[in-house]
Amino acid sequence: MGALNNNGRAPMLAIQDLRFSYKDEPVLNGVTMAVGHGEVVGVVGPNGAGKSTLLGLISGILVSKSGRIAIDGHDVAQISPRERAAMVAVVPQSPVFPGNFTALELVLMGRTPHMRLLQWESESDVRLAQRAMEETGCLSLADRRVDNLSGGERQRLLVARALVQEAPLVLLDEPTANLDLAHQTGVLDLVQQTQASRGGSVLMAIHDLSLAAQYCDRLVFLHEGLVFADGPPGQVITEDIVRLVYGADVTVITHPVMGTPVVLPVAGRMNAVSTAGHTNGKLSS
Amino acid sequence: MKVKPIVERPLEPLVEAVAPATLPGLRFPWPRVLIGMAVVVVLALVAASLGSVSIPLGDAVRIGLDRLPGIEFTGDWPQSWETILWQLRFPRVILAVMVGASLGLAGATYQGVFRNPLADPYLIGVAAGAGLGATVVLVSPIPTYVGGFSLVPIAAFIGGLLAITVAYGVSHIDGSTPVTVLILAGVAMASLASAITTFLMIVVSPDVRPILWWLLGTFNGSTWKDVWILVPYFVLAAVVILPHARILNVLQLDRWQATQLGVNVERTNLVLLVAASLATAAAVSVSGLILFVGLIAPHIVRLIWGPNHRALLPMAMVVGGGFLVLADLGARMVLQPQEIPIGVITALCGAPFFIYLLRRARRWRV
Repeated sequence: MGALNNNGRAPMLAIQDLRFSYKDEPVLNGVTMAVGHGEVVGVVGPNGAGKSTLLGLISGILVSKSGRIAIDGHDVAQISPRERAAMVAVVPQSPVFPGNFTALELVLMGRTPHMRLLQWESESDVRLAQRAMEETGCLSLADRRVDNLSGGERQRLLVARALVQEAPLVLLDEPTANLDLAHQTGVLDLVQQTQASRGGSVLMAIHDLSLAAQYCDRLVFLHEGLVFADGPPGQVITEDIVRLVYGADVTVITHPVMGTPVVLPVAGRMNAVSTAGHTNGKLSS
Repeated sequence: MKVKPIVERPLEPLVEAVAPATLPGLRFPWPRVLIGMAVVVVLALVAASLGSVSIPLGDAVRIGLDRLPGIEFTGDWPQSWETILWQLRFPRVILAVMVGASLGLAGATYQGVFRNPLADPYLIGVAAGAGLGATVVLVSPIPTYVGGFSLVPIAAFIGGLLAITVAYGVSHIDGSTPVTVLILAGVAMASLASAITTFLMIVVSPDVRPILWWLLGTFNGSTWKDVWILVPYFVLAAVVILPHARILNVLQLDRWQATQLGVNVERTNLVLLVAASLATAAAVSVSGLILFVGLIAPHIVRLIWGPNHRALLPMAMVVGGGFLVLADLGARMVLQPQEIPIGVITALCGAPFFIYLLRRARRWRV
């Protein structure tokens, strides 16, 4: 994998043998993966495969007792929440929005890791926020109260907040969940045009394999807490891998416009393969 | 560790056409705070001039200014006015302002940390716990002063922290604190602490009147000594809490987002809770339990100026101070010459207000 060997520079994100359990229930059983500088990586897998857990461990809301996470060479166990937030920004899935704050105030909260306790937002922080809101097409909402905004508008604000955080790595947790069709591609286009195009890295947990194939340089399949497959979408989205990981019978065709793989479910064949999926063999391209 | 932005780009000038409304919210609201403080000073002077012996406001101001260095008035007021003002009423109104400001600040802080608009120093048990702590020192053989340093606020602080630890411990379930459970646990702690306080006081003296004064609060008999007991804790709490205004805004997001934005949530909450409890404990030590100030003051500020903590924290102090000056004036005046506990006045205003908030809160399912 090119990601691990970046002219001797530490990769943007390096995860080694990461394990995590909720109480007695193991979720991650030794995940090893990496994200290179400027790479867009998707983490895919069925519900409960540990996608959100993985993101939570990277962003610091969960703490693992075993394994190592290094962001740009810094072990996360040894840096402060502020230092971590300067390197990793998160677009959460369904966050709490306190009412009464304006959209600009919410976006400006992204500057938190760059400010000391006694420091308040400077004019350049406000400019940064306004530019991020312009890039994500929500500048006209600046003075609106966030609790009056639609799901798509909120998603844009959260992307803008992640951008003003100026973190070299942005995590997206199910960015397309709860969004309608146009907004699904909209939010991913946005991330591609902003974070990815300015050379930043992106790691997204995402449900939709066909969408993931269009936006990601590389996909990591999680299955039973392990990396099952890791490679470019064209190589790892195969009928066999999807059947084994998801336990669903699918047909994979090629997108007529994008040329990327598209996963089509086959009706009525769900149960036929669900027991066949438990192979612990690891496919890697 | 310094993290470089990925791409250095020159910043375009501020987009002037948008966001005018948000920008003032990013500054410390000096004009509001200064005007508010001026209003409180006027209220305090008016309150000081009123009482069983009424002193013309002009003379009260001159008697007040007379003692300031470099200012000399040759007044023809009776000597007794000077005694009344300087020995009785000035310390009393100043203490009322500081206690009100402490409780207002503490209330706003608890509400922010718990993300719970109903949190209040009394309703979460801190004030009654502090009252018990103070009572233990006052009625026991433990010396009240050690080398000129009062132990009462320290004992009150310990009692308050114990109460909030229990209330919070009971109501903290799987990373969240349901609002109603916190308040119920707090009220239960408050009842328990008040019951023990009452018992201890009766054991020491069969006269129940001091208990009433203590449980409902009073500034009757307040002296400069009380003012000086409160000052260091008041200043410390304000110096710790006020700079956290920006972080408190971020904490209004869920704690996961706050963590991802680089806030050390647990440490910040701990610092803020300790500071707010210190302010509460010191206020209780000098005035007893004055209910609802910590609830009313921040909510009035929110209704007028919104929820931004940059305005909320300082203005809750100003409004709390002003409110207690008026409440104390009421406590002295309504049954003149008989005085009533100030808590009677604050509860008369606060309890209906609390019920109104509960009704509103149903809509937000807090």
